[in-house]
Parts: sequence; structure tokens; C-alpha cells
Amino acid sequence: MNFDLTEDQIMYRESAREFAEKRLFPVAEELDAKGEMPKELLQEAAEIGFFGLFAPEEYGGMAVDTLSYALIIEEISKACAGLAISMSVHNSLVIKAIEMYGTDEQKKEYLPKLAAGEIIGAYSLSEPNSGTDAGSLQCQAIAKGDDYIFNGTKSWVSTAQFAGIFIVFALTDPEKGSKGISAILVPNGIDGLTLGANEKKMGMKCSDTRELSFMDARVPKANLLGEENHGFKVALSLLDNGRIGIAAQSLGIAEAAYAEALKYSKERKQFGKTLSQFQAIQFKLADMATRIEATKLLVYQAAVLKDSGERHSKEISMAKLYASETANFVANEAVQIHGGYGYVKEYPVERYFRDARVTEIYEGTSEAQRMVISRDLLKD
Amino acid sequence: MDFDIKYKDFRDGVRAYCEEKIAPHAVEVDRDQFYSKEVHKIVNDKGWWGSIVPKKYGGLGLSTLEYAIIVEEISRICGSTGLTFAAHNSLGTFPIYAFGTEEQRKKYLPPGANGSLIAFGLTEPEAGSDAGGTKSKAEKTADGYILNGTKCWITSANVCDYAITTARTSDEGGVHGISSFVLEKGMKGFAAGKKENKLGCRGSDTAYLHMDDVKIPASHLLGNEGEGFKQFMITLDGGRISIGAMAIGLAQAAFELAVKYSESKIENGKPINRYQSIQFKIADMATRVEAARLMMYKTAWLKDNNHPFTKISAMCKLYASEACHFCTHEAIQILGLEGLTEKYPAERYFRDMKLCEIGEGTSEIQRIVIAREAIRELAGV
Repeated sequence: MNFDLTEDQIMYRESAREFAEKRLFPVAEELDAKGEMPKELLQEAAEIGFFGLFAPEEYGGMAVDTLSYALIIEEISKACAGLAISMSVHNSLVIKAIEMYGTDEQKKEYLPKLAAGEIIGAYSLSEPNSGTDAGSLQCQAIAKGDDYIFNGTKSWVSTAQFAGIFIVFALTDPEKGSKGISAILVPNGIDGLTLGANEKKMGMKCSDTRELSFMDARVPKANLLGEENHGFKVALSLLDNGRIGIAAQSLGIAEAAYAEALKYSKERKQFGKTLSQFQAIQFKLADMATRIEATKLLVYQAAVLKDSGERHSKEISMAKLYASETANFVANEAVQIHGGYGYVKEYPVERYFRDARVTEIYEGTSEAQRMVISRDLLKD
Repeated sequence: MDFDIKYKDFRDGVRAYCEEKIAPHAVEVDRDQFYSKEVHKIVNDKGWWGSIVPKKYGGLGLSTLEYAIIVEEISRICGSTGLTFAAHNSLGTFPIYAFGTEEQRKKYLPPGANGSLIAFGLTEPEAGSDAGGTKSKAEKTADGYILNGTKCWITSANVCDYAITTARTSDEGGVHGISSFVLEKGMKGFAAGKKENKLGCRGSDTAYLHMDDVKIPASHLLGNEGEGFKQFMITLDGGRISIGAMAIGLAQAAFELAVKYSESKIENGKPINRYQSIQFKIADMATRVEAARLMMYKTAWLKDNNHPFTKISAMCKLYASEACHFCTHEAIQILGLEGLTEKYPAERYFRDMKLCEIGEGTSEIQRIVIAREAIRELAGV
């Protein structure tokens, strides 16, 4: 047993922390208010290598271990959770999927551009009527000649506007239900693909989220990722990757909200003493710090187990479940400690509170995580 | 970072032994509320009373991590034994080794490691969470001290051979006027009160310790005069790991019982574990036990590697005991009314759990420690 980080892990964390503190935090409030992510900021992050975290070195990536990845996402999320979600999807879903299932041609075509951030990857599984029950999706990609013809609607696609490529899950054999789903690389901007308006979200406002509408959109068959009709397996195999990213993101939000609350409690005076001198506030801080410590251990353990080669979906779901609930608990208490000031945009805790909410929903709701955990425990 | 438990074989061995030897006594010691000499011997046969005593003093010289695993596994079977065990090691042999002279170590550690219980007398009727409010007095004489005072809630008060007690050597200096002493059973004026009739951990002996003009030579002073407060703060930091471990053991037991029961209990034609309301309880129990155990590992690892661990030790104790409350509570809920009967150990786990939220610093004290450390860290001191 060893709880020390390696030198590389510390270095990655420091570089992410520096970027987060110097470049992200100062603009995060403005990005949130405008509800947009400047392309230049994505490029800056890409230049450090943050969009090639999981790409192999031969394709220009950094090929970091999962714990380093989690540490980076955690640091970025302390400043701007919206950028972290773009990074998480791009690295842990899109690059990972191409690395795991792509043909040599696909890897050569996409990985260098993705790793350099020349194109951003987006991931499209959910639909208006297919959320937690992902196997029930309806969007179709029917083979015709050398192409697939896409028809249908996908929803909640992060970073859709900037995406160069989408991994879209659609039915190539509608008769077979979830066994007729395929994962297909869909370039942005093709005829028949229309992006919806940016969703008006509660939090993560600087992250772009849109619907994709397909109407007879043609994609070459060469863009099939993995085997035809094996897309649902592809999606399931990526769940653990995505969940670690969201767990780390939740941890970052919680830590940032706690740090703000702790600082504020030392400054704010009522009844002649600082808030930090009241037990009611001390106990909130103690509970926040304790849950953060528990979260950190669960998240780091999940990351380390991910690299062990064996499946550890239960521990990863525990990390995602616990981290997201902690983020909401801590952000709520941080607003409470700030009182009225926590309810307005003068302090960042208002943003953390809004940003935290979705972590209990995306990449598998808390309910879906509990299903995974209990299924594993009760399987024999 | 490496979460691989190299101790899996070690844990398996401890678990098998506890299941085979201690389990047959667990119901009886609770029901008839007595300290079992048989269980005492079972623990002694493994040398566990000397878990963290270095080998040169007759102990096993185990790491904090290994010791915590033993506490957890004993408590998974019997909370009463877990408590006695944790108190003897963390609060008995530890301070003698950490603060004692070579002479004191040689005198008390070998018997301590061989099962002569060492109690820890800190709390008083008017000094609970405010342990610095000690009223007991140690009056200096030509060649030693005369001790007077009353200690309460002392684990193993009647069955110990030795006790470390705190008393004021000076009325001045607040907490710096407190010193620690090692008393021996049979000393004139030193006596234990009647065993308390408790909610849980009923197989562990809890009673008052009375000091009525107890005359002791100066050689019984532990460390230096005025160091008592500092000593027990350090001792309690370590003790919190063991109460955390005890809580995890009880939580694990409750969790396993609930899982097993939920598979066999049929309602509306299917096992209750097919219902999401039960599945989600099980998921939450497992998640909290997992988090608590990681905290215990990290705290023990920090201690074993000589890193500061005051804050996380309080977190570990707080979190584990509240996770234990949650798990033992939910286990009863899953068992329904059967969980309230003697037919299953769920109600014993629930009763034994409560000690973990109170003993060795209440949950409220843990929160004070955590907040104080956090605020101190922010100020950079």
C-alpha cells in the first residue's frame, strides 16, 4: 500500500493547476455568464497536451496513466468544470474509443489531429427517449452501397459546436434492438446533419450542449468503429473511462467550493467573531473536508484499478456516485456558509452549486451507479 | 499510488481465526455481559495483545495497518472484544512504549504483550470531551506521589493488571499541569467500581477507577511532569484509527448479514434483493464501507510512515463510525422486525456501533479537531 504520487503524476497535476489558476479561473465567471467557450482557450489547453492525454505517443499523445488523467481533470474542474467536460469526453470517450476499436487507417486519420486538438471529439449516445436505458435508442444508420444513411435525433451532445468528429451510436440493424447498434465516426458539417441550438442549461454553461438531427445524412462505411452491430458493447466498455473523468470533475468542484467556504469563514464577521469561530460553521467545514477526503480516496483508487487490467466497474461506480453526491453536498454547504453572498455571482460558489448538479446525472445517473454496484454485489 | 492489499493473506488468516474461535462466544458475552477469559486466551494464543509492541519487548511488532486489520476483523465478529482489544493496544501498550522509560517498557510491555491488560484512565465525571479539565490530583511527596480522584468509563477497569491514569501535578498552567502515571492492580487505595450495564459492547468491562490516597514511587510517572495532556492527545490520534477499524468491522458484518438475508427473504414471490429499494441500500452501504476502509488504510499508512495524521485520523474515526451507524441501521431495516430480535446479530451490531460515535472522542470532538486543523492549514501554521 502506498499513497504517494509519482514524480510524473505530480508534474501533470502541477501543470494543470497552473493553467487552471492562471488562465481559467480569472475568466471562468465570464465564460459562465456568456455561456460560451472561446476556441482559443481550447487551443491553449491543447497546446499543453490536455487533448491528447490518452492518445499513444506515436500519434502525438501523452499516453498518461488514468490517475494522472484524473488529477488533471480534478485541477481543471476547480477553476472551470465546463472545460473539464470537453476534455473528459474528448480524451476518455473519443480518443479511447478510437484507440481501442479503430482501424489503423482511422487511428492515423484521427488520433494525431485529436491529440493536437486540431479537431475536437464529441460523443453521442443519448436520445430524447433513450437515457439510462441506452439500449433502446432509435436513431438509424442503414447501410446503402458504400454508405450508412443516418436518420434520427441524438441529444445532450457536449462540445457539439466545436466538434470535428462525433462518435454516434445508431441502429444499423433496427430489428435486433441493442444488438443492432453500431458506433460510427461522423464528421461534423456533413449534409443532412443539423445541430440544434445550444441548450439553456443550469450549470456548465460554457460547455456547448446540443441536439443532433439527422435527415438522410450519408457517412462512408469506412467510418464504422469496431464491428457492425457491436456498438452497444463499445458503449458499455467506455463507461468506466467516462465515469472516472466525471468523478474527478466532481472532486475538483467539491474542493473548490470547500476552499472558498473555508476562506470566507475566516473573513466574514458576525456577532463580533469570524464565522469560523462558530461551531455550526466548523462542523459544516469538518463534514465537507471529510467527505472530500473519502471522495479523493475512492476516485484515486478507481483510477489506479482502471489501469490494473481487470474490470473494476463496482469501485468505479462507487467513486462516481460518491464524488458527485459529495460535490452537491459540499457546494450546497458552501452556498449556505456564504449566506446571501452565496446566492449571487459575486462569489464563485453560486457557479459551483449549479455546475455540481449535472454530475449526478450524466455519464450514468446516481441511480444507474447504484444499479451497477448492487448488481455486482448480488451477482452470485 | 498503490491500493493493492499486500495484506490479503494476512487478513484472510485473521478472519478465519476469528470466525472459528471468537464467533462461538460473541452472542454469550453480549447477552450475559461478562468479560470472557476464554476469548482473552484466544486472542493471546495469537500474541495479538502485543500487536504493536516491538519484538524486543515480547510483542509482534506489527505495523499500524496490520494492527488495524486485526481490530477490524475481531470487531466484525464481536464488537465487545474489538473494543477491549483496541483499548489495550492503542491506549495501553502504545503510550508506555511511546512515552515510557526503558525501565518502564521492560517492566510493563512484556506482560502487556502477553495479555496483562492495560487500561487507560483519562475521562472523569466532570471531564469528558474537555479532557483538559482533569480534577484528579497527584500530590508530590519526598519519593513519589499520592493520587486522589475518580476516573469513569474505563475500558477493562476490573480486568486490567495495569492502568495509565492522568492527574494534576500542578494547579497552574492549565492543561500543562497534567501528568500521567502507571498504576498497578492491588495498589492500596486503587480500586475499580461496579461494571456498567451498557447498551452495547456488553462483553467489554467498563467501570469507574477510584484512586484514594494511592501512594506510588516517582518511577511510576510516565514521561515528565506536565506532559500528560500532550501524551494523551498523541495517544488518541492513534486510538482513533482503531475505533475507525472497529466501526468498519461492525459495518462490514452488518452489510454481509443484510446481503445474505436479502437473498433468502421472499416477499411477493421474489427475494427482496430483487427490489431496487433494497438494492440501493446495499449499494450505499458498500460504498460507505469502501470509503471508510480507504480512509483507515491511508491513516494507518501515514502513521507507519511518520507523516502527520491528526486531521485524517479524526476524519477516519468520524466517517467510519457514521458509516457504521448507517450500515447497522440499514441492516436492521432490511431485516425488518427480525432485525430487532436475538435471532440475528443485527441488533447487537447496532448496539455495539454506538460506542464508536462516542468513545475516544465523540463525533462532535472529531469535527472540532478537523475544523481546527483545516483552519490552521489555511493560515499556514
